[in-house]
Amino acid sequence: MESKKKLLEVNHLRTSFFTQAGEVKAVNDVSYYVNEQEIVAVVGESGCGKSVTQMSCMQLIQTPPGKILGGEVLLEGENLLKYKPRSKEMRAIRGAKISMIFQEPMTSLNPVLTVGSQLSEVIRTHKKVSKKEAWQLGIEALKAVGIPEPETRMKNYPFEMSGGMRQRVMIAVAVACNSKLIIADEPTTALDVTTQAQVMELLLSIVKSMKTSIIVVTHNLGLVTRYADRIYVMYAGRIIESGTCEDILKNPRHPYTIGLLNAVPRLDASEDEQLVAINGAPPNLAKLKDDCAFAPRCPYASELCRSSCPTLRQVGDREHFAACHYEIGRDEHE
Amino acid sequence: MGKYILKRLGTSLLIIFLVSVFSFSLMHILPGDPVRISLGESASEEKIQQVREAYNLNKPIVEQYFLWIKGIVQGDFGRSLLYEEDVSALIRAKLPITMSIGIPVLVIASVLGIVFGILTAVKRGTWVDQIITFIANIGIGCPEFWIAILAILIFGIRLKWLPTQGYVAPDKDFSKYLYLAVLPVSCLAFRFIAMITRQTRSNMLDIINQDYIRTARANGLAERKVIFRHALKNALIPVITIIGLQVRIIVSGSVIIERIFNIPGLGQLLMRGIMERDYFIVQACVFVITLITVGANLVVDILYGIVDPRVRKSWR
Repeated sequence: MESKKKLLEVNHLRTSFFTQAGEVKAVNDVSYYVNEQEIVAVVGESGCGKSVTQMSCMQLIQTPPGKILGGEVLLEGENLLKYKPRSKEMRAIRGAKISMIFQEPMTSLNPVLTVGSQLSEVIRTHKKVSKKEAWQLGIEALKAVGIPEPETRMKNYPFEMSGGMRQRVMIAVAVACNSKLIIADEPTTALDVTTQAQVMELLLSIVKSMKTSIIVVTHNLGLVTRYADRIYVMYAGRIIESGTCEDILKNPRHPYTIGLLNAVPRLDASEDEQLVAINGAPPNLAKLKDDCAFAPRCPYASELCRSSCPTLRQVGDREHFAACHYEIGRDEHE
Repeated sequence: MGKYILKRLGTSLLIIFLVSVFSFSLMHILPGDPVRISLGESASEEKIQQVREAYNLNKPIVEQYFLWIKGIVQGDFGRSLLYEEDVSALIRAKLPITMSIGIPVLVIASVLGIVFGILTAVKRGTWVDQIITFIANIGIGCPEFWIAILAILIFGIRLKWLPTQGYVAPDKDFSKYLYLAVLPVSCLAFRFIAMITRQTRSNMLDIINQDYIRTARANGLAERKVIFRHALKNALIPVITIIGLQVRIIVSGSVIIERIFNIPGLGQLLMRGIMERDYFIVQACVFVITLITVGANLVVDILYGIVDPRVRKSWR
């Protein structure tokens, strides 16, 4: 794994929203990387900043109220944040080098334009081809994502397709432009379980066949365990634990990760074993102090946790990091 | 699509029929004898009977209605008691005058309203947005007659830039028509520009926050394309309704403007017809306004289908 090249490297990224309630630190000094042909999962509950992090990398944060305050986003060594959000350079990256797939396939395609015209429009934005050629490339992309009768489907409007089909169309955009990185923001949340699996399998096959990398942003740990190589766990705008899929799932070291895993139903659990919910609610990001944001909900929290914010430190022999003052393992919790 | 239009046409005919019944009965329900009023107190009983006979007013109401409808189908709206002229000839003379004011209003208001709407939505929160939105709020808040009087006072009397009275048909002397029409057209258009601006602005703001706009941006499309190709087409759907509704307001709303600027159009005709109790004129004017309104709504419904594929597909 170490021999692989880094495709995307995000260092100390900070994004805030300036609202009437104050500064909301949605992304608070976040660093992560994605290797070539790797599937990385970013996990966390709603409002922890996982989507905003991805939108910041694409410079798609609405300004105002949002603002990227600092850090760097290196795509193959090139810092994307040096470009203005609406610049030609930034637009040439969006959709061509990095593609995004969103949570809501039902609303993520324009209802008044045909699938084909939307698909070929993106192709023509990034490739110097004629309208006809773009249409042909669109058909091939639809074929590649397993949509039957792609010629007819091109002329369809989004409302004539199912949710899974539309999500395939979104993936087809990434395929058509040979994107190096696909950011999938909750790609399967709005789909039923069977379709979820199909879409994930499709993404997986694209990683293999097209040599792309994927960031899967999700709150679904079940999804992550089956597909991801590495996992980043986010809480209150920070990454609080990171490591390989195996490390995180078998040997979680942050109380929040432990809590998340305990809240996932397992088939092999005995009948009297109960699901444990994490106490309390996520913190208000406008009122963060210099303490551990998880402390109010943490069963191990001490004075130290309430007075200083822990930084990521190595906890395993491989690349396993956790941001906790204490050496906590899952066994102690059980 | 043909079936859908046919269906809408059927509904339109039903509406026209109902309005014809209402407008016909309205004048009969009102107290007072129109013949006596129009002939004056000094008219002899014999003369009154003669007129009643000539205008079929002695026949039962239902028969009167059918005679009236029969006439309309043949292009005959009856004879005016007041002008002693065929009503259809009066309408033919007056309608183009109202149209020559109303159509420019509709075109100018639609174009400027949509342009200002996009501008304020894209530049939301900036001074451009604040100034235009402020003026638009004034436009919605103030009645036409007040704006018209104010405009006459400022541009006509104080500055003496523009004439405040009169009308010349565009085919007779186009430059003179323009010169005379500037004030009435602007006064009537002001409010509609304001309405369309606000409607377009709020639709655009709503659409800009939609997921598919985020998708378009995430796919690297230029902002110009995002706004004009992806957002505008969606935002215009409700605006079409507003524009369609305005067609009626422009025809009937001209009553006030025509009176203030002394334009001898349909509005003035309707006004006099009501004042002098001229049945046939009022009925004919209401009927013509209904026809235009229903026609405009039909066009709006068809436009919906052209702009929105979801509507078009449901027509089948």
